[in-house]
Amino acid sequence: MKPRSITLTVNGAKRTAAAEPRVTLLDFLRGPLGVTGAHMGCEHGVCGACSVLVEGEPVRACLMFAVQAAGKAVTTVEGLAGSDGEPSPLQEAFRDAHGLQCGYCTPGMLIAAQALLDENPDPDEADIREAIGGNICRCTGYVQIIEAIKLAAENLREAAQ
Amino acid sequence: MKPAPFDYFAAASADDAVRLLAEHGDEALILAGGQSLVPMMNMRLARPSVLIDINDCDEMKFMAADGDGFAIGAGTRQKDILKSAETCTAVPLLLKALAFVGHVQTRNRGTLGGSIAHGDPSAEMPLVAVTLDAAISLRTSNGERTIAASEFYSGPMSTERAPDECLMAVSFPLSTGAGTGFHEVSERHGDFAIVSAAAEINLDAGGKCASAAIGIGGAHPHPVKALKAEAILVGEAPSDALIEAAAEAATDGIEAMDDVHATGAYRMRVARVLAARAISDALAEAGL
Repeated sequence: MKPRSITLTVNGAKRTAAAEPRVTLLDFLRGPLGVTGAHMGCEHGVCGACSVLVEGEPVRACLMFAVQAAGKAVTTVEGLAGSDGEPSPLQEAFRDAHGLQCGYCTPGMLIAAQALLDENPDPDEADIREAIGGNICRCTGYVQIIEAIKLAAENLREAAQ
Repeated sequence: MKPAPFDYFAAASADDAVRLLAEHGDEALILAGGQSLVPMMNMRLARPSVLIDINDCDEMKFMAADGDGFAIGAGTRQKDILKSAETCTAVPLLLKALAFVGHVQTRNRGTLGGSIAHGDPSAEMPLVAVTLDAAISLRTSNGERTIAASEFYSGPMSTERAPDECLMAVSFPLSTGAGTGFHEVSERHGDFAIVSAAAEINLDAGGKCASAAIGIGGAHPHPVKALKAEAILVGEAPSDALIEAAAEAATDGIEAMDDVHATGAYRMRVARVLAARAISDALAEAGL
């Protein structure tokens, strides 16, 4: 099928490239757009490594076609850091609490956690477990990821006061 | 792990979707949330040559009382159902079942109609529809018909939907004063159920079961309404013995499947245990 031109907003910038309808949002981001932060894991919606925000909501970029994201605002892990490249408070908390080891799942974890904190500044452990329930980590055993998200929430609440 | 090539049409309206279905017939599939279809396409278990995307059809996203039922548009996302206090009051079993459906990321895209039309034997939404015998509306370019959910499924991922029909809405009976219960066993929370059981029960003023809806998912090639268990409950005063008898009858007629996750014998045994728990929860909630 013929490629068609697709324009969407990625991390605040308008981007246009051509893709066939069968190209997933994940492959579109990582390929023609060169935005490689969202990781390719299982490619069938199980692992969560490809999580991105579409219009502020976390979705699996491997289960959406790029053509469906036309005109929409997409945020990848690259969009979480400040404009100067400084890590976001959430990213800092992942570093401080050792919320990662190999780092492969981390972009998806950060996106899922950011979506949680955007909606709920004071999540309890059950809320956190629910929010990252669709993201698989094979290194950490999840405990330090949960601690990192708790720490980020605390730091953000303190900063807001 | 890349889908085979297909042509893509974004339907602007429900009429547009059924017109495109009529035009492309057997070759086409409706793309709703894509949380079941796209994995199958990525693995090339499904190779539609045309996709008709209904995500922009706002008229297919609604939740509203409809006579003595509560209708939900096929394109309504699972996350929106969870956030709707009105729907959770009208069809509380749906809320309980949705707690077991996928994860945040999949519920943000996944739709009620997509799950029901896909018809995975282990999926929670079809089980709720069959248990409550919801009315499923299907539309072609020639008109619309309604089919009872208990007659909709014919096997794993196969339904009575004709290739040119688009699932438009599902109407659930209003749950007035009923208690509900939903239990399932899966490998991890959010996975498809190995077995699941749903119950909705009304008690009369004398404390006897005025109505009972019981269903079993994951065991048979499609969700099953446990008519025999329902008949055992209705008109009787609940007791432990009655619950046990109903749960025992809940697997009547089920031919449980063996697969890599569990044997059929395990499914039958667990189905009865989960049925008893779902019935007990529903009775407790109904005010027993």
